[in-house]
Amino acid sequence: MSTLAPTGQLSTTAALARLLPYWFTVARRTWRGSVVSSLLNPVFYVLAMGVLLGGYIDGDPERLDGATSYLAFIVPGLVAAHAMQTAVADTSWPVFSNFKWNKVYDSMVATPITVRQVAIAHLSFVALRVAATCAIFDLVIAFFGVFETWWGPFVALGAQALTGAAFATLMYGFACRIESDAAFGVVFRIGIFPLFLFSGAFFPVSNLGPVGERLAQLTPLWHGVNLSRMFSIDRIDWSLATLNLGVLVAVLAIGSWWAVTGLEKRLTT
Amino acid sequence: MIRAVGLTKSFGDFEAVKGIDLDVCRGEAFGFLGPNGAGKSSTMRMIAAVSPVSGGELTILGMDPAVDGPAIRGRLGVCPQEDTLDSELNVRDNLVVYARYFGIGRTDSRARADELLEFVNLTEKAKARVEDLSGGMKRRLTIARSLVSSPELLLLDEPTTGLDPQARHLLWDQLFRLKQQGVTLVITTHYMDEAEQLCDRLVVMDKGLIAAEGSPRDLIRRYSTREVAEVRFGVSDDDNPHEAYADQLADLGDRVEVLPDRLLVYAEDGDTVLEAVHTRGLRPVATLVRRSTLEDVFLRLTGRTLID
Repeated sequence: MSTLAPTGQLSTTAALARLLPYWFTVARRTWRGSVVSSLLNPVFYVLAMGVLLGGYIDGDPERLDGATSYLAFIVPGLVAAHAMQTAVADTSWPVFSNFKWNKVYDSMVATPITVRQVAIAHLSFVALRVAATCAIFDLVIAFFGVFETWWGPFVALGAQALTGAAFATLMYGFACRIESDAAFGVVFRIGIFPLFLFSGAFFPVSNLGPVGERLAQLTPLWHGVNLSRMFSIDRIDWSLATLNLGVLVAVLAIGSWWAVTGLEKRLTT
Repeated sequence: MIRAVGLTKSFGDFEAVKGIDLDVCRGEAFGFLGPNGAGKSSTMRMIAAVSPVSGGELTILGMDPAVDGPAIRGRLGVCPQEDTLDSELNVRDNLVVYARYFGIGRTDSRARADELLEFVNLTEKAKARVEDLSGGMKRRLTIARSLVSSPELLLLDEPTTGLDPQARHLLWDQLFRLKQQGVTLVITTHYMDEAEQLCDRLVVMDKGLIAAEGSPRDLIRRYSTREVAEVRFGVSDDDNPHEAYADQLADLGDRVEVLPDRLLVYAEDGDTVLEAVHTRGLRPVATLVRRSTLEDVFLRLTGRTLID
């Protein structure tokens, strides 16, 4: 049995074509603020963590998940973690504000666009922004000789963007379900920050001991970090890569449902 | 254009709209007059096809909002009670991006934006940031935005709330011009002068129900007298109860309303009432004779003033 689409309802593609000009206009008006974090932060990270801190660490592939230097180990993971941070920053206060304070979403749903399409368009834009940020990061680290193959950065970028998109949907759905933005502070402190530190970006998760390692491997970020690193240093365990990819796609699918239903609950009163 | 039968809207246990019947025809300016909390905005959101109907029937442009929401919204213009402009974009961009939501191409969107800025006298502010605009300018921009798709039906929820008198008159002028162009207007307001100025026909809403329906003049004729004599005797308290004056004035008009600061005597000729007040030896501190307004209609129907 099929359900009829409401009369006049646009296809998702058509709705994206109508909504993305808005997001690109916003980006054009506000890019100056984000260019610093997009361009300079990667350079700072690579210099501080990869080069300067890495100088004290032996480049032993046995202890660094196959990486031949600490720089090559840490940087691909950092990009994946950076993707998560960019994604959750873009889907926390900005989403909350769009229905609570400046009500941009309300103005969108007064048109032929549906609530579901509003959520999909915003998430698509966040995914594009995360991908662009990661691409810049990858370009910077390419000069430090991190990538072992010519195709590595492209596949790694896919893994990083997927990681960001998955986290974007989770935070989006959360933002739609809270009453006060104070909840973001809690999530960032007890969720995002520990994930950033302990999901294998800075050290192999085997260092956490058997239980800690298992726990770390349950987090979506570890799957993103691992995938990004394997593709970058060309030490790919394909069965593990399939698992990593499967987990991220599953989180993206569940998160998308969580985000769309969250916004529908919020705006349809 | 709009037809509602037994329309209701509930939020949990609270029933905001308790079963109203409506018929709005093409080309008319139709108003919902009532105090805050009367159910006007809830009704408007249902008509705008953004809020699901809780009960009863609602047809907009011949379509069912539950099934044809996108198609209906494509033919409506909505000016919400709260400004939903994007403060990160400039004035012109707010219009251009909004036109794109309706599927208007990039070049046409820009042309339409410029045309509408001209219409609402904001051409000089095209590049200004939204947050730098005055309240009146923001309302005008919101109205311009509601017109980007050349709608057949324009919904205006409290369009002039919070504006100074000059800005209100400017907006009324623009709405009047739209009406002359054949756009159907549906307006909610708690300002009786706005309802009188703009609406061909209106319903008086109170506590989720329609208390009366008709043209402003018709409602005044039905529910009030031609004139009202306002008589002030200072502050009403135990030593100076206004109710005591009401008894002495009762036979001077059709009826007397006692308000905290004054008494209203409804009569065909207000001056005659005031003469009689003085003849009876009463010494009011101030008097005024005026025409009846929709405020008097509302007072008669609900026992309360519009703005408490």
